[in-house]
Amino acid sequence: MAYTLKPDEGFGVDVDNVNYLKDHLDTGDRWTLNFGPQHPATHTTLRLVLELDGERIARCTPHIGYLHSGFEKLAEHHDYNQYVTVVSRMNYLSPISNDIAWHGTVERLFGVDLTPRCKVLRTIMAEIGRIQDHLLCTGAAALDLGAFTGFLYLFNVREKIYDLCDYIAGQRFHPDWTRVGGTFREIPDDETFRKMVRNIIDKEVPQALRDVENLVYRNRIFIDRTAGIGAIDRDEAVAWSLSGPIARASGVERDLRKDEPYLCYESNWDGQGAEGVKFDVPVAQEGDVYARFQVRLEEIKQSCSIVDQLIDRIPGGPTDTYADGKFVKPDKSQVYGSIEGLIQHFELIMTNRGWKAPIAEYYGAQETANGELGYYIVADGGPRPWRARTRPPAFINYAVMAKLTEGHMLADVVAILGSLNVIAAELDR
Amino acid sequence: MARKPNLDHPVIPVLREAFPDRRLRATEYRGQTTLIVEPKDLLDVMRFLRTDDRCAFDFLSDVTAVDYQGYPTETIGRFAVVYILCSYPRTDRIVVKTFVDPSLPTEGIEEDPTLWVDSVCELWPGAEWMEREVFDMYGIRFRNHPDLRRILLWEDYPAHPLRKDYPLRGRGERENYRVVSRTDA
Repeated sequence: MAYTLKPDEGFGVDVDNVNYLKDHLDTGDRWTLNFGPQHPATHTTLRLVLELDGERIARCTPHIGYLHSGFEKLAEHHDYNQYVTVVSRMNYLSPISNDIAWHGTVERLFGVDLTPRCKVLRTIMAEIGRIQDHLLCTGAAALDLGAFTGFLYLFNVREKIYDLCDYIAGQRFHPDWTRVGGTFREIPDDETFRKMVRNIIDKEVPQALRDVENLVYRNRIFIDRTAGIGAIDRDEAVAWSLSGPIARASGVERDLRKDEPYLCYESNWDGQGAEGVKFDVPVAQEGDVYARFQVRLEEIKQSCSIVDQLIDRIPGGPTDTYADGKFVKPDKSQVYGSIEGLIQHFELIMTNRGWKAPIAEYYGAQETANGELGYYIVADGGPRPWRARTRPPAFINYAVMAKLTEGHMLADVVAILGSLNVIAAELDR
Repeated sequence: MARKPNLDHPVIPVLREAFPDRRLRATEYRGQTTLIVEPKDLLDVMRFLRTDDRCAFDFLSDVTAVDYQGYPTETIGRFAVVYILCSYPRTDRIVVKTFVDPSLPTEGIEEDPTLWVDSVCELWPGAEWMEREVFDMYGIRFRNHPDLRRILLWEDYPAHPLRKDYPLRGRGERENYRVVSRTDA
């Protein structure tokens, strides 16, 4: 099928009247380049059709959908617990954040309140997920610009985070760790968990950050390639629905952890007047690739400080909530040892049983590494959602790509693409 | 027992005052207010929500759609287009919904004259891709959209797959795809 270069008036740029093209209209330097879908710098399958004037981009048309696999259709055929395995495959850089955001929304829809222990564990893992995502994103952004060493420094730490996910959930890449009202299982040993997390936030991450900051922050090549590239100002960033570090790099002071607090970001999360965790929201004003890089590195430090506040005071008690004993699968000893446990287990497992969900609709969102990850769930009273829409931050942030690249050089496409942190699995779902 | 909705969202009285002769309905669930408007009033209401100082919904969080065919309770129409708005100055949200009904059989991809809604791209340019996805998945078209093409699936895919009458395993598209030989291409 022939591609079209259609969005000519849609972005408010009249290509024929842009200044840099005025002298070049008839020079015959206009040509079209197909970039992707398979290209090392697109990371996964993204395709851009670039209409160029010499080496300058006159128009950029993203074509997406190469990884579309019908995740939202699948949601209508999985129950509220099973679907967590699918959401965790959307943003595979920080799968555990997706798990927590999905079940956070489901629990609000059901009106389930979590135990303090579960809230603390989820907050810690959500922040670890954010660190994990930013490490790869900033590392890969540096890699695309030639800083291969920086990529290795940061990627190395992710290995420790994979080990942590393996320890708590038995799976390195896709922990699928949360369940409605709790987690898939208890942490094997609190002390080992604490040691592993301490090692990550006290030793590994700060060391890697120091190395990378020394490598790039005063690096003439890196700054020349990133400063002033792909800039977007505050009002435009809001109008284009940008969220997360990309919006904050443009001066949008918005973080759902502050503005719509949940888990331990909320005050009185344990029901006994505990304060919410303290952290700063880094905001930059330039809105360019360099600012996004800085904001992400700064967010890693803030995440470490949040984990630091919580890791030594993980409350005891159960992780799963047993409000009326209907939401959580009972412990295996109860399943085999008591008739009530057996009944409850099968009530939740059998496909024609399961939860009595409300007949209602709810939109819930959490701040993940890429921005506002929201779910709009329409429940029909049965065990499976009627409709579960994902608000995918990668998709909505990528919509601005064509606008950001206009007028830049061909080589800047890679820098801008890396700074948007587009995850194709989440983009196409 | 049905819970009585709590409709104390601050913009509801403002809207009632601004649109006295339009039919606006509202509902609430766990602190989230949903406003239901007629499709013909959608653009006016959205423009008011975006520009009026008392509303100031400057951030369009998401646009999506829902197919209610076979839903256990009665709904106003078969398809709902859902807009999730957020106000940065006040940090609160409102969900705006509008219902449309098809006039043609919904298995195929032919253009249905009643499945049209006004585009909000002029208010929030970021709506462009979200509306393209709704069109792609549900076949609901948007008036005055700058570039209404399918986004995730290819142009001649024979269905809008998130409609409820489209089966989970498809209608054989994977098995019966068109084969292009080297000589025809």
